[in-house]
Amino acid sequence: MHRYFPHTQADIKEMLDRCGADSLDDLYGDVDPSLRLRQPYNLPEGMDERAVRRFFDRLAGKNLPVEVCFAGGGFYDHGCPAAVKSIASRSEFLTAYTPYQPEISQGTLQYIFEYQTMMARLTGMEISNASMYDGATATAEAVLMAVASQRKRNLVLVSETLSPDVRRVVDTYARYHGVEIITIPSENGETSRAELTRLLETRGKEVAGVVVPSPNYYGIIEDHEGLADLCHSYKALLIINCVASDLAVLRTPGELGADIACGDAQSLGIPLSFGGPYLGFLCSTKSLMRKMPGRIVGATTDSEGRRCFVLTLQAREQHIRREKATSNICSNQGLMTLWVSVYMSLVGAEGLREINETSRLTALYLLEKMTADGRARLRYPSKPFLNEFLLETDYPVDALIAAAVKKADILPGIKIDDHTILMAATEMQTREDVDRLADIAKTCV
Amino acid sequence: MNRKVYGKLIFELSREGRRGYATPKSGISPEDVSIKQTPIPSSMTRKSSLSLPEVDEPTVVRHYNNMSTNNFGVDTGFYPLGSCTMKYNPKINEEMASHRLFAGLHPSTPAFAAQGALELYWTLQKALCEIGGMEEFTLNPFAGAQGELTGLMVIRTYHASRGEGEKRRKVIIPDSAHGTNPASAAVCGLEVVEVKSRPDGTVDVADLKPLLDDTVAAMMLTNPNTLGIFEKEIPAISALVHEAGGLMYYDGANLNPLLGVARPGDMGFDVMHVNLHKTFSTPHGGGGPGSGPVGVRKGLEKFLPNPKVVRRTVTPDGFPVNETNRYAVEYSPVALGSVSATLGNFAVQARALAYILTLGSDGLMEAGKLATLNATYIKESLKDLYLLPIEGLSKHEFVFDGLRDKSTGVTTLNIAKRLLDHGYHAPTIYFPLLFHESLMIEPTETESRETLDEFIAAMREIAREAIEDPETVKTAPHLTPVTRPDDTTAALNPVLTFDNLEP
Repeated sequence: MHRYFPHTQADIKEMLDRCGADSLDDLYGDVDPSLRLRQPYNLPEGMDERAVRRFFDRLAGKNLPVEVCFAGGGFYDHGCPAAVKSIASRSEFLTAYTPYQPEISQGTLQYIFEYQTMMARLTGMEISNASMYDGATATAEAVLMAVASQRKRNLVLVSETLSPDVRRVVDTYARYHGVEIITIPSENGETSRAELTRLLETRGKEVAGVVVPSPNYYGIIEDHEGLADLCHSYKALLIINCVASDLAVLRTPGELGADIACGDAQSLGIPLSFGGPYLGFLCSTKSLMRKMPGRIVGATTDSEGRRCFVLTLQAREQHIRREKATSNICSNQGLMTLWVSVYMSLVGAEGLREINETSRLTALYLLEKMTADGRARLRYPSKPFLNEFLLETDYPVDALIAAAVKKADILPGIKIDDHTILMAATEMQTREDVDRLADIAKTCV
Repeated sequence: MNRKVYGKLIFELSREGRRGYATPKSGISPEDVSIKQTPIPSSMTRKSSLSLPEVDEPTVVRHYNNMSTNNFGVDTGFYPLGSCTMKYNPKINEEMASHRLFAGLHPSTPAFAAQGALELYWTLQKALCEIGGMEEFTLNPFAGAQGELTGLMVIRTYHASRGEGEKRRKVIIPDSAHGTNPASAAVCGLEVVEVKSRPDGTVDVADLKPLLDDTVAAMMLTNPNTLGIFEKEIPAISALVHEAGGLMYYDGANLNPLLGVARPGDMGFDVMHVNLHKTFSTPHGGGGPGSGPVGVRKGLEKFLPNPKVVRRTVTPDGFPVNETNRYAVEYSPVALGSVSATLGNFAVQARALAYILTLGSDGLMEAGKLATLNATYIKESLKDLYLLPIEGLSKHEFVFDGLRDKSTGVTTLNIAKRLLDHGYHAPTIYFPLLFHESLMIEPTETESRETLDEFIAAMREIAREAIEDPETVKTAPHLTPVTRPDDTTAALNPVLTFDNLEP
């Protein structure tokens, strides 16, 4: 038997006896022979651990090593204290099920409660759910939530400056769910307030929600002052998509009067891991609590009066409400909420502020070095950014990316078009990294 | 598991001035930057102070480690949790998932620099095709429920491509189905039509026939169903649905017992999802992250969501491929759209691939049968005391309708809670909704006979106790860190953050 299967031949024989069967195949007597596999799977034989390691090493060796990452676009190469992974690797957390049995799941429930508290504080919102899959699905769920909470309204306005990766998911969910999406055009890299006002003036009675980002896909910090009042005057909800770690220093959705804050919390120390797992956050005002999708943890007391935590408000959810549920989601990103809770506990508000300041300073230095020879320039020079910006280059972006990756193990950013690149800095890059990249850029033609 | 509740929250350990982190130094000082760049206007900066814990590293580590000891996991003990497939989570998978050269890889890394990651995705996708009997898989969906939604989107896109998108809006779902099935159909803009189960728990074909017409988009089935019973008439059901122009959707939540035995694709299913966190051993993580790949039969692969990983033999310019351009990421205009910004939960995919490699064809061929043996062994060992509503063969899981002796007033909930005192996780209870006292048990193939025997003994002990000392069972659990939390107050007066918690 395979090493994961404890059965001895004697076990199997005695167990079959109790089952009144002669062979394992007898247990499948109800599966028509025409449906049965006729031969073993066309897959390799089982491997020992050395072989598995070599298999993965071989695959990893086919990647080009990227040691320095200036790519962002919603996902950032922030560092993470070693203690986070150590704690998240504890099998009591890692191998636990969804905490339906609160008596033996206080560990999971407690860290989700901590997570909900920290996310509410970070976004300035009243409540948070226990997380969504990622920032894109969190934003899509926020759109469905807006429609569900606004009777007879089925239109959502989405800014052109939202990340296209998020937008694709929003559009897909909306299309199948029968929600109409209209794009709010942008002007000089920002959501156009004039265009939004015009859309609200013409379609305002149908608008359930308005989705705007900050910082937006181009890294620009948008000024959403007064936006909540504008949306609310048409009884539309304001949904702000944001980058979690930025909220330590930028004006929060709560301060701006937003109804829903959503986005990805990958920036809170979650490894890039080629796309996941990440963590979507969804926070709102208390009045939207019962329209919230996903798991929510609440505090209560047990029969002996001790403080404890349970999954609550489950009457919203699919296992109770089936097709009338607020969402089909039946999980959260449990372990990733632990990850960011431990991260935020260790880093703290002061650490997050330092990380943001360091990231911004490095971004400014990067901009200076990349534009020093006059062959590259900011796409939107008059707009404020935190740690990410859009750069226009005289040389092909492909040439820069190829040279930087192959010669210096640096990923310089995300190609937007042949002569535009999106670049971000974090606390993980050094002055030398920037200098090396700038030297390579000088050689690009 | 520690039976004493730890109970502290990190906020209560916070002391002003403590810190648990040192920010890396970039070597750049403000004087190094001379360009004039628009400063961030003060109207755009945070005004309210951010209150996060102020704690040192040892305190943080001890806090969470203590917290973890109030948690039950697969590594702690046995989960007889029906429909959840709580199998052992192998350690080598964790090591592979955090491989340094994958952990740092940005999702926008150009394909020429990420050939190994793309090959990993492709290799797992192909292995799932072999196991599911499908043409192609997407690994993008983040969980089983999102896999269902994605699969239904494939189906709607298929009908739309034939000009029947508006007409075909009904999804037929058995009354025994997982709650996500109807919820996913609703999110996808489809109408749910329920088909009844026969007394033996399988789909009533006579009840199904009148539901089939040209408004049917699909039928969703899990096989074996949520009672653990194999739908013997699946070829006939598939043929009927196909005749009506609908597609067959396979809910892969119960795929585990079919490993090494049969493939959904060979049963007439057109679209399926698998839960990597069930059948393919990736950890549940207290609720996630999961992964819910979706497979389709030949002809539907073009509708799978963007982004897609493709394996080429020639480049778009017609040159033979090499080690730097064999795999590529593409966006197709005929795809259903996108359900994720990236290629899904890559680190979860890596774990599942490590599992498939470790088991190999030979191990996978054994897994399903041993899961069924374990479940049947428990069923046969307890059916004299627990009411088995449906006799006959069952697979990886089965359902009791509470105790046979109902006179004691001991309910399924009481039994589940008493099991916690015995050191087990509870079974799935009150699901499926076909019986009043459903108690659904799924042991998986990674449990030893000794574990099963001890569990059986505990279940028998509880049945005895229900007669001799019912009060003890009804007031269980008694030995857990907390006992009988007040759910009603939690829902009536929700306290969802520390700031709303009264001291």
